[in-house]
Amino acid sequence: MTASSFGIFTGLVKRDIRLAWSQGGTGTMALSFFLIAVTLFPFGVGPEPKILARIAPGVIWVVALLACLISLDRLYQADFEDGSLDDLALSPLGLSGVALAKICAHWVSTVLPLVVASPLLGLLMNLPAEAYGTMVFSLLLGTPALSLIGSMGAALTVSVRRGGVLLSLLVLPLYVPTLIFAVGAVDASANMVDPAQPLALLGAASLLALVVGPFASAQALRLALE
Amino acid sequence: MHRFANPAQFNRLADRILPWAKFVLAASLLYGLYLAFLGSPPDRQQGESVRIMYVHVPAAWMAMFCYMVVAGASFTEIVWRHPLALLAGKAAAPIGATFTALALITGALWGKPTWGTYWQWDGRMTSVLVLFFLYLGYMAIWRSMDEEDKAGRAASILALVGVINIPIIKFSVEWWNTLHQPASVLRLDGPTIDSSMLWPLLLMALAFKAYFVIVFLYRMKLEINRRKLTVLRMSQVNRR
Repeated sequence: MTASSFGIFTGLVKRDIRLAWSQGGTGTMALSFFLIAVTLFPFGVGPEPKILARIAPGVIWVVALLACLISLDRLYQADFEDGSLDDLALSPLGLSGVALAKICAHWVSTVLPLVVASPLLGLLMNLPAEAYGTMVFSLLLGTPALSLIGSMGAALTVSVRRGGVLLSLLVLPLYVPTLIFAVGAVDASANMVDPAQPLALLGAASLLALVVGPFASAQALRLALE
Repeated sequence: MHRFANPAQFNRLADRILPWAKFVLAASLLYGLYLAFLGSPPDRQQGESVRIMYVHVPAAWMAMFCYMVVAGASFTEIVWRHPLALLAGKAAAPIGATFTALALITGALWGKPTWGTYWQWDGRMTSVLVLFFLYLGYMAIWRSMDEEDKAGRAASILALVGVINIPIIKFSVEWWNTLHQPASVLRLDGPTIDSSMLWPLLLMALAFKAYFVIVFLYRMKLEINRRKLTVLRMSQVNRR
């Protein structure tokens, strides 16, 4: 990557982060959704500490996954509608680079706040003390896969009006492995078992998503721009 | 491969295959059903409910096979822009989704008397369920856009990503299951399958495959004719 295209890359990332946290951006919305949706569970299943401790890793991960999902449907759509995506497609980054920049921005602006807020929710859900470290680490390691896979779905549905529902139909089945490995790791820590194996698999899932995600997103965007 | 890109040539080929496929279907289905229901013994442990297997196992095989057809067609479409590949994927997906649903339903019906439950979050069942969702996503994206070819190509990208994901899903859910339920009661692979049970199974599998070929070819022909009709209508409108 030459110096100029690196500049474009960081510029694009900064622009998208600023947009996500400006008026009407997705950053605050995803975080609020994360906080509210997790607090629904004690109302739903009852406030017994033992039950909450048992389901805490799964609940936090599933809700983080959904919060990530609801923030994805506008990932490319705004730029597609106002034509900036046509401009970006001509930049020296190429569409794969543009997709990667937008994915990075999405992760930093929308997903990272969820990771930061997760210990607080662990507290509310009575998560065992041994599992906090693994939970935060598994979120850091696994959520990039959510953004990368989700970007593909967002790119495929970019020209679809009200594509949000379709997006979830496409993306959720692909999220299954990430969820299984991540919750497996947190559960292992909560039960005093070494979580190294599920964490390694989680990292592998993220790396694979890094290989496939930007490329497939670029293919889908090219299709929409034709 | 591009020899069959000509729809007329494809139609001729399909017309030549169809009667044979129908003959194979009729013969193998009749003899297979006879063997499955009357000509084979009930299982020592499962009793009469083992006969569900003669529908369940071929349906599950076809569920995987149809996805490979969809994925192969998608790959051909993305790489070579083969004009019929797009239609092949569209034609195969609903058949595959139906076989997947059939496998899930018959599995549940078999599970109730054998395991005592309709559904268990077993690795294999869960991965087939995810496969079903992938089919639904593929078909939903086909319907989502006004421009059909564009929708088809978007669906092709999804199908290919799904192909990478299928082994991971299968592996992850099986791993996930063993963590929670070590040494569960589930045993799909009986010790050794006796030839009195193997024959009806293979015949039913052949019948299902022939059924797929017939429906697939008819759906392809339908799609080709539908496109011809659209082009004809367009040209008539333009002439006016």
